[in-house]
Amino acid sequence: MLANTQGIENVHPPVTQDQKPVLSLQGISKSFPGVKALSEVSLELYPGEVTALVGENGAGKSTIVKVLTGIYQPEEGEIAISGVPVTFPTAQDAGKAGVTAIHQETVLFDELSVAENIFIGHAPKTRFGLIDKKEMRQRARDLLDRIGASIDPSVLLKELGIANKHLVAIARALSIDARIVIMDEPTASLSHKEIEETYELVERLKAEGKAILFISHKFDEIFRIADRYTVFRDGQMVGAGKIRDVSEPDLVRLMVGRSVDQVFPDRKPNRGPEVLRVVGYSHPTEFEDIGFSLRKGEILGFYGLVGAGRSEFMQALFGITRPSKGAIRIDNEIAVIRSPSEAIRHGIVYVPEDRGKQGAIKGLPIFQNVSLPSLKNTSKNGFLRLAEEFRLTRDYTQRLDLRAAALDQDIGELSGGNQQKVIIAKWLATQPRVIILDEPTKGIDIGSKAAVHEFMAELAAQGLAVVMVSSEIPEVLGMSDRVIVMREGRIAAEFEGDDLTPERLVRAAAGISEVAQ
Amino acid sequence: MTKSLLKSREIVLAAAILVLLLAIASRFPAFVAPSNLANVFNDTAPLIMLALGQMAVIVTRCIDLSVAANLALTGMVVAMLNTLFPGLPIPVILFVATSLGALMGLANGLLVWKLDIPPIVVTLGTMTVYRGIIFLISDGAWINAHEMSDTFKAFPRETILGLPVLSWFAILTVLGFVLLIGRTSLGRAFFAVGGNPHAAVYTGINVGRTQCAAFVLSGALAGLTGYLWVARYAVAYVDIAGGFELEVVAACVIGGISIAGGIGSVGGALLGALFLGIVKNALPVVNISPFWQLAISGSAIIIAVAFNATSNRSKGRVILKKAEHAQ
Repeated sequence: MLANTQGIENVHPPVTQDQKPVLSLQGISKSFPGVKALSEVSLELYPGEVTALVGENGAGKSTIVKVLTGIYQPEEGEIAISGVPVTFPTAQDAGKAGVTAIHQETVLFDELSVAENIFIGHAPKTRFGLIDKKEMRQRARDLLDRIGASIDPSVLLKELGIANKHLVAIARALSIDARIVIMDEPTASLSHKEIEETYELVERLKAEGKAILFISHKFDEIFRIADRYTVFRDGQMVGAGKIRDVSEPDLVRLMVGRSVDQVFPDRKPNRGPEVLRVVGYSHPTEFEDIGFSLRKGEILGFYGLVGAGRSEFMQALFGITRPSKGAIRIDNEIAVIRSPSEAIRHGIVYVPEDRGKQGAIKGLPIFQNVSLPSLKNTSKNGFLRLAEEFRLTRDYTQRLDLRAAALDQDIGELSGGNQQKVIIAKWLATQPRVIILDEPTKGIDIGSKAAVHEFMAELAAQGLAVVMVSSEIPEVLGMSDRVIVMREGRIAAEFEGDDLTPERLVRAAAGISEVAQ
Repeated sequence: MTKSLLKSREIVLAAAILVLLLAIASRFPAFVAPSNLANVFNDTAPLIMLALGQMAVIVTRCIDLSVAANLALTGMVVAMLNTLFPGLPIPVILFVATSLGALMGLANGLLVWKLDIPPIVVTLGTMTVYRGIIFLISDGAWINAHEMSDTFKAFPRETILGLPVLSWFAILTVLGFVLLIGRTSLGRAFFAVGGNPHAAVYTGINVGRTQCAAFVLSGALAGLTGYLWVARYAVAYVDIAGGFELEVVAACVIGGISIAGGIGSVGGALLGALFLGIVKNALPVVNISPFWQLAISGSAIIIAVAFNATSNRSKGRVILKKAEHAQ
């Protein structure tokens, strides 16, 4: 067993060479304005083997998938298939070279039949150049049989569940004779039974000699189905090897490492009296028995894997959905929240994760976005006062250091980070007591990230209670006073003070027992 | 910037109207005489009123195809009311017409809000239902001028400060909308709901209720216009204002109100209605067949939509490296 992180970092892919890699990436670099997404990474995939790609959010996993499927072009480095150097200028080129990706959200056509989905773009033709439906259905059935899927090729795709849609996507991959199959968190949104079926499928693909890149956050499944692992951290390859040579704690340590270039505001915990207490919040399908207490001036982190039910719980807390059971006390008084407007009235506000869809109202200028929930306070006798709205907006956006040409500029013209500032300003203007920030820095540049962190610390110092949902371990550790880890819709653990370590968080989120250490 | 674009779009439309007027004036100077322009405006008043109501609905990502049927049904009801109770004072008639129209708008709104049925389906249905009810209550019979009381017929024609009451109603509606859209939280909510319904929910706005309010507004204006229409033309029957809903939607579209919701202005709806009104009134004067009128309105719609589509096209994300450097 390897003693420390440093030791593993220098380990190169083992040169066992009972097999040659079917796909190898060498020294691939890719940067975006302000971010180096990939820095000289290498990756090798072997026929008939599953390689697990492991890493925190933002480690560069999605970027490498996009490089492999021809969506991004790397600035440096070489891609070779069976030893022959290739380039993938477009997604079609990647497909032709035998690389196919099965995404979390499958990209298929709901209104077409299963067979049409499998053969779209390369359907068998009759002598007259028309689609040979009979032949297509027959070949679709053969392909589905090959992967052990009992799906009728003539039903419409929309009638299938997510797991079966994955099977169709895999059948499609087989139909174009893909040699390299990328599965990006295929089990993230599946039920237990469907997950088992997915594992069986991976076994079949292995037996067919496909090289599989399996991206996952779940350690149990990595150790169950993968033959090799590759770990990414902050855009670098920090370790690779055979699964049988590595232990869970090693993998966790490799993955988490330490983050050097992110500095978090220095803050002294300043906890006041309890403002919010949630008891036994449950939902029939999304989460169960969530309970915690939140105090003034505290930052409470919510960590967990994608699909752990964190956002779903927050949405219920904000009144978007209704819980089936449970109660809330605000300032020690029972509160009932049935709609977002009631939540806002009780002083609970929510900055959603999906800025584009749920936050910014494009087409409305900045000041109208900010004033929207505060119109009662800025209007007089039922009429809006634009000057008041401007004043309110100026007050709050200045505190957030918003960079905008003018406050009547359309919010859609701002960068992601600045849009986020407008949305936070919107909620602060309602003078809340509890602010829920769902992935507050997801997809924004490092500079804006620091500003948002700085501001969160300031808010807490001023006595606001902050709930932060985040999947980025450095952020969770750097900002939270206390962290609740959710797993499969329940609270898995709660950490505070010295217990708050990256390893503990990852273990609790992935469901690895402490004993394994 | 969307805001300045919208403004410039209104300026473009206003310029188009001016050019149109100048072209007509070059051959028929009498058309642009103030008294004739006042007539044209009066003639366009119902279209203006309905277009404003429709604008509120379209901005919230809905559409109201039942406005003309609503107008016809309300017109028939108040006309029958007048034949039964000739002594009923005008304010009562106005109240009945507006509330009945609002009620029909509420029916649309509730179906959209509570049952989540697409607005185009709801209003296509209620459009037919409302027309059907006119037939049921009137047995298909007409109510003619001699059956209506004189005060009932005279009201829209009475002049105040040189303009007929009908014109004044349109002016008041425009002013009311300027206030509602620009200075009330309901007006703001229309744009928020249409601009991004998901975000509106997260901001504590009830999307369904806001859309329902737009339908009630549109219905109330259709009802009010129903009385003014029937009184002005002194006749009520099943098919009055047949197909008028399309003209109303056309006025909105020409006025730059985005069918996708979230974008639009009172000025745009007003100018769109005026443009159609002028075309309609000018064609007989310049001796062009009324069939051309349909073709011209149709072309105007397509030109307006094409114009909006190009100006609303978002810049998107710059992915190409070379394009990024070129910027």
